[in-house]
Amino acid sequence: MSTTLETAPIPTPRALTTNPRTSDKIFRGVVTGFGMTALLILTLIGLFLSVRGIQTLHTQGFGFLTRYSWEVTQTDSGTTYNMGIGAMLLGTVMISIVALVVGVPLSIAMALFLTFYAPARIKTFLVSIVDLMAAFPSVLFGLWGFFVLMPMATYWAKLIFKYLHWIPAFNAPQYFFERSPFIAGLVLAIMIIPIVTSVAREVFAQTPLDRIQAAYALGSTKWGVIKAVVFPFGSSGVVGGAMLGLGRAFGETVAVYTVLNIVFKGNFHVLYGAGGNVASMIILKWGEATGDETTALLAAGFILFLLTLLVNLGANFIVRNTLKSGK
Amino acid sequence: MTTENSSNENSAENQEGAEMTTETASSSLANISQAHNLGKRAPGTHVMGSGLEARGVHAWFGKHHALSNVSLDFSAGTVTALIGPSGCGKSTFIRTLNRMHEFIPSAAMAGEVLLDGKDVYAAGTDVTKIRLQIGMVFQKPNPFPSMTIGENVLSGLKLAQLKVDNKDDLLEECLVRAGLWKEVKDRLGAHAGGLSGGQQQRLCIARSLAVKPKVLLMDEPCSALDPGSTLRIEDTINELASSMTIIIVTHNMQQAARVSDYTAFFLSEGGPGQMIEVAPTNEIFSRPRDKRTENYVSGRFG
Repeated sequence: MSTTLETAPIPTPRALTTNPRTSDKIFRGVVTGFGMTALLILTLIGLFLSVRGIQTLHTQGFGFLTRYSWEVTQTDSGTTYNMGIGAMLLGTVMISIVALVVGVPLSIAMALFLTFYAPARIKTFLVSIVDLMAAFPSVLFGLWGFFVLMPMATYWAKLIFKYLHWIPAFNAPQYFFERSPFIAGLVLAIMIIPIVTSVAREVFAQTPLDRIQAAYALGSTKWGVIKAVVFPFGSSGVVGGAMLGLGRAFGETVAVYTVLNIVFKGNFHVLYGAGGNVASMIILKWGEATGDETTALLAAGFILFLLTLLVNLGANFIVRNTLKSGK
Repeated sequence: MTTENSSNENSAENQEGAEMTTETASSSLANISQAHNLGKRAPGTHVMGSGLEARGVHAWFGKHHALSNVSLDFSAGTVTALIGPSGCGKSTFIRTLNRMHEFIPSAAMAGEVLLDGKDVYAAGTDVTKIRLQIGMVFQKPNPFPSMTIGENVLSGLKLAQLKVDNKDDLLEECLVRAGLWKEVKDRLGAHAGGLSGGQQQRLCIARSLAVKPKVLLMDEPCSALDPGSTLRIEDTINELASSMTIIIVTHNMQQAARVSDYTAFFLSEGGPGQMIEVAPTNEIFSRPRDKRTENYVSGRFG
């Protein structure tokens, strides 16, 4: 018995082939083609922006990222450009931080309510409302932010300034708090709620029932269950959702353009009414731009493209890693 | 009942109880091959734990009447096994005892469950306190995977916001009683997911012991385990039986015979599940009163 086993030659694995029908082949081709379109379009946009913007990056150098000025000067010898998006990058970061700090806790609370507390009927209704928020035109958020939110938020900003101005970020060079990154961030916070909420809601709902029951059987309160079981399980999903929200906050254009006082000045003071973000700057300058300025705007777009790509890749990385180690 | 004077007695008696258990456990190990190893704990000889009494318990899932009129008395310090074919309402029944039943949407119940004479369903009852006193071990081991072994054992304290003087002592005590200490004492900081299924289940037992329950419900605790782990857990049950009241659902009749003082037979004949018969375990297996019980324990159906 054993000798036959030893002497038997080990076969190489056979190739597994099938001969699909023509209709199947065609369908497969069509689906593959359309499936790759997304990748293709994204690549083409990236290529377009880099090719058109590369000249600016060449002439302006690394300073394009750090300079706070955007000057086009006409002289006898021609036009000179001194352009940088430093102020806009700074503004983008500030607005996004405000949006995340305010929006993510709100979204988590909303997701917890929808998953664990809301009665079935209210739940369906609220979920559709939250989804509707995602589809809402952002200019409407901007207008609402300008006319309704701003008067209140200015008051809040003054309060924060009054009591916390010793923190550098909450200080201001002048007593001017309208159209600030703070207020733009608040508007963005509301705009990222739908995406963060829906991702958080989905991961919370997937918490294994046996762990929830284990906690309850140990005499836990509902809050205890959420803290001990739901959060550890859902944290990676929430981080992923927050990163998606961040992606949106980076790229949001119209709402920020409506609310924010776009100024090419390095402003670290989140309450002070001066700032900007890359996307809204492009809109602001687009109409009047000619020649090299247009190219510079495309270069700014390329930077924005890279930033968004980086954030989303980071989100994927975090989610995948925590999923691997966590459970 | 002669057993009620115990819960506020001091720890000296506790120790006595513990020593006694070691003896009973080792003798039961010797007899483990005999399926009908009975009378280890005659009622009244053990004085720990609390009495639990179900009176006329019904349970529904929506309109489906799952359990009808079960009245059962669990004396303090005894082990009661609930046996019966699948779908007869055993698990539903024990989930009504610690109010886990109501987590299923549309679940309803009727009747009373008395813990030390007090209805756990009485208006104004703090359900979390009930579940602290009536612990539960589930069919599938369910340790918290994000916590270490040590954190798992002590998780109940954190969840119920209980304070304890010496956590390390409690940790060791619970793991020893659950029969897991020797295997994990060098890796209490490791994640619980790395343990085998049987170890995880004993960890879950240790976890439920940490909050000092008076009653422990076990819902088919060995059904997902190999025979070796099953025996370990049965040893643990025997060891725990002196200090608390245990109610165990099992599909394994040999297991019922090995660990329990009393056995209740549940059956659903098309309609809602009912309790057919309850008696000391040796009687259920040697001379059941009901024909249906006899058919079941002799393996004619189920």
